[in-house]
Amino acid sequence: MADKLIYLDNAAATRLDERVLEAMRPYFFDTYAVATSEFGYSQGIEARETLDEARTALANSLGAAPEEFIFTSGSTESSNIALKGVALALGKKKGKHIIVSKIEDFPVLHSAQALEKQGFRVTYLDVDGEGFVDLDRLRDSITNETILVSIQHANQEIGTIQDIEAVGRICREKEVLFHTDATHTFTRVPLDMKKMAVDLVTVSAHTIHGLKGTGGLYIRQGTQIAKWVDGGFQEFNLRAGLENIPGAVGFAKAVELVTPEETKRLQEMRDHLIDRMLAEIPHSTLNGHRWKRLPQNANITFHFVEGESMTLHLDMRGFAVSTGSACFSRSLEASHVISGIGGDHERAHGSIRFTLGRYNTMEDVDAVVQALAEIVEELRSISPLGKNEEKEEA
Amino acid sequence: MKFPYTDIVLEHFRHPRNVGRIENPDGKATEGSPACGDMVSVYIKVDPKTNTIADVKFESYGCASNIATGSIITELAKGKTLDEAKNITWKQASDALGGLPKIKAHCSVLAVEGLRSAIQNYEERHGLVKEKKPTTVEVVRQRLRKVINPLTGLNVVRTNLVQDIKVKDGTVRVLVDLPRDHQFAHNITDEILEKIEPLWDVKEVVVEFTE
Repeated sequence: MADKLIYLDNAAATRLDERVLEAMRPYFFDTYAVATSEFGYSQGIEARETLDEARTALANSLGAAPEEFIFTSGSTESSNIALKGVALALGKKKGKHIIVSKIEDFPVLHSAQALEKQGFRVTYLDVDGEGFVDLDRLRDSITNETILVSIQHANQEIGTIQDIEAVGRICREKEVLFHTDATHTFTRVPLDMKKMAVDLVTVSAHTIHGLKGTGGLYIRQGTQIAKWVDGGFQEFNLRAGLENIPGAVGFAKAVELVTPEETKRLQEMRDHLIDRMLAEIPHSTLNGHRWKRLPQNANITFHFVEGESMTLHLDMRGFAVSTGSACFSRSLEASHVISGIGGDHERAHGSIRFTLGRYNTMEDVDAVVQALAEIVEELRSISPLGKNEEKEEA
Repeated sequence: MKFPYTDIVLEHFRHPRNVGRIENPDGKATEGSPACGDMVSVYIKVDPKTNTIADVKFESYGCASNIATGSIITELAKGKTLDEAKNITWKQASDALGGLPKIKAHCSVLAVEGLRSAIQNYEERHGLVKEKKPTTVEVVRQRLRKVINPLTGLNVVRTNLVQDIKVKDGTVRVLVDLPRDHQFAHNITDEILEKIEPLWDVKEVVVEFTE
């Protein structure tokens, strides 16, 4: 069994950066008061100022004003607020039609499905073989009834980056609100609200070595959105609940720690991983676009073998990765993303997602290529599939 | 390290026994489930004097429980009479492995089915099969005992998930007691179709949900 863990599932969760923990520490033990109004007691005022600073830092990173950013418990809540909040605000006033892509992550997809049960109509846009939304089809799908388009910035599994500037232009032209789930692109791929016609953006700290359960939502000034987490008047009266000040501080720190150099390093590792896997393991196919993809994401199908078997073998050798195989998932459903890009069950079944982070090295990449080459060969030797193809090649 | 399987399962997963093909087998079968996507092929050699399984091999395109069950079932079957081997159950295979996760039952039951089908294939080839029987509600019910309810790891008949079965003019209707958008609705539908559609006199299978 392996003695060192090589963690390559950074899209799911990341190791916390010690500097984030250090930044948060005083807000657990010293300044732990609730953020009060400016007429509260000293520690509460200090907490308020700290929260405001963190909010300003987050807003700045998106080219936004502080009043346009609210903290949430993570990207799931952010996307729920975006979709359901807009539906609540505009459903009766303007219409009951929402457009999402077929390959959205579950917070958007399942929020849309929940709204369908409440009488909204949802268009699930198809994507092409690399995961891109067809912009003409998007334009044609927008009606007078449409209140919101929600198309992710990049895909959680195959890493495909959508042209959200173009999507934004269409939505602006048609006077429809546009939400994007930027959970996996935030800080890694440029997002500038001064230049982009996006009205709502979901972000999270857990993908950038920040704290789990800490996220945010950008809401462009003037966007019609209703409150549906009721309670106090926190977060500009849009999201009730005691503010998570250490989380907010940690989130700001996590954003500060991401550098363009680091992102470039991740991209180099990604390219090295893709190039070696495709060259050295026969019958392997890249899922998603070769370069219009997240700098930290690679997703490859190894044909004739099953994903859970690969991940278990990798786990026994100390590697953590994920797969789109039905056998790996809680629901026993194969990846809706791989089927969304037209892949058959087998393509999802043999797919492995590698997502890189701050603590990965080029050696980790070489090690996983080596390990997987051996594992795939071993599993293929017991597989009833692919024997004829190999014979034909020989 | 924490793995989701017993040590015996992991041992069989890492070092599966009796892997490969038998050239000119006396019986062979491939079982696959479109719901999970796993596939198992089983090959047997039969000693006609003793009616026992002289050799058995398997190939797997599947997850860990599928591979481990293929491995254990070949060990259990070797040397057994055809009738004994046919009656090896998933429960026996699972017990021999120290237990399998219930949710994996439908992946691992394939190897058990594969062995039975390979024996059936041998019997068919050697004229040992009885005549074709018309499909009745009872035949459908028997077949549905092979469809596993992933929530419990038990079959859909035993767990009362199947509320009603109707057979009329080649059309089989199965009413499942689940909401249509239940997380397992797709899997269960696929597996029901797979088990019932091959019946010789069935033209259409309709799976309905209570909600």
